[in-house]
Amino acid sequence: MAVSGLIMLGYLLVHMYGNLKFFQGQDKFDGYLHETLPHMFYPYLPEGGALWIIRVLLLVALVVHVYCAANLWRRNKAAAGYVGGKRYHTTQNKTGVQRSYASFTMRWGGVILLLFIIGHVAQMMPNWLSPGGASDSKYDRVVNGFDLWWVVLLYSIGMIAVGFHLAHGFWSALTTLGQNHSTTRRGSRWTAISIGLATLITVGFLSVPFAVLFFGAGS
Amino acid sequence: MNITVRVWRQKNADDKGKMVTYGVENVSEDMSFLEMLDVLNEQLTLADEEPIAFDHDCREGICGACGVVINGIAHGPQVTTTCQLHMRSFEDGAVIDVEPWRSGAFPVIKDLVVDRGSLDRIIQAGGYISAPTGSAPEANNLPVPKVDADHAFESAACIGCGACVAACPNGSGMLFTAAKITHLGLLPQGQPERDSRVIGMVEQHDHEGFGSCTNIGECTAACPKGIPLDTIARLNRDLLGALAHGDA
Repeated sequence: MAVSGLIMLGYLLVHMYGNLKFFQGQDKFDGYLHETLPHMFYPYLPEGGALWIIRVLLLVALVVHVYCAANLWRRNKAAAGYVGGKRYHTTQNKTGVQRSYASFTMRWGGVILLLFIIGHVAQMMPNWLSPGGASDSKYDRVVNGFDLWWVVLLYSIGMIAVGFHLAHGFWSALTTLGQNHSTTRRGSRWTAISIGLATLITVGFLSVPFAVLFFGAGS
Repeated sequence: MNITVRVWRQKNADDKGKMVTYGVENVSEDMSFLEMLDVLNEQLTLADEEPIAFDHDCREGICGACGVVINGIAHGPQVTTTCQLHMRSFEDGAVIDVEPWRSGAFPVIKDLVVDRGSLDRIIQAGGYISAPTGSAPEANNLPVPKVDADHAFESAACIGCGACVAACPNGSGMLFTAAKITHLGLLPQGQPERDSRVIGMVEQHDHEGFGSCTNIGECTAACPKGIPLDTIARLNRDLLGALAHGDA
């Protein structure tokens, strides 16, 4: 769970770096996507080779992550000792003492992310699903898509979900790997770092669609 | 003060169980929560009803027997054991819900009493050191850094009450297991069995049907002895180390 999650987090950071190239204009953005990325580690790897390695690695990480999550979900539900569909019958303190919103939305938030990823990958296939209009320039497709309010809305839901997921997930992954020696869940240095990282990713990814929709970037 | 108590009543392990409401009058705010239950039980006995079964022993906050969930929080609103919780923590006229610890690994025996034998079996799976007994050795023969000694002592304060399991949304006994791993893992006497201990205890923990830790931290917030959350990272680190050493 932790290792596959950290692999995907590493990819997200690189992905965000690529997205931010949007602000350098059409030539730089398309050049990065159509020339730089396919020639990563060329000629040591064939053209597009590095991208395929990354795709396979990410797919494996995703499958492992989902498998582990499903397994945890099943085991923990059995372990919680539900009686008549409920664990505790009181209606008081339903959300516990200090658990964060991020921590108890990991599972359903993860489901939202999975749906988002499926939709997002379908949309990134060459001119397969192109809201707003197809084009051979990825820059144009970004602008066409994010000119539509509902595309931006769906994208924002995905990015906020990833933010919450990471705010707990990064902290949790470090604990699972035995590296996080915070004595409480709240108020520690690692809590601040996790929230900072989650905010960075969410804001970084949202900057492009918001720039297109609200400030007319690229049109 | 007059209060209303809603208690989980369950005749035996096979009974379905339900919440039953009782009124308790003239409760002193200086009573402990258990003394309030004693008063309620006297009322029930005089009315020829079955008194409420609840676990208790020392009534001074060190044995860990008196665990119940009060208003959805393990041991109630104060971070302490139920016997050390006083009625002044509640408002006059309050409705107080009392339920047993809930976990697949803690079957309910009767009313508020659960079987916590699963925690004992986790200890039996490695929560000890194999050392020859005899008179206490000379303390200065075995130097322990102050920081380690303090931290080991902090973890050794676990009374095995099970509040961490009851508070955990996953019903995980990770904090309990981690406290023992940390306590013995930080001291020189614990080193020879360090790898086999963590593997044995974690295997037993899973075998008993406890859930897995997702690092939410409700356990530390509920722990009456303040076992810190970093013990869980230590357990994970020891487990990864043991698996890497191949001492499974």
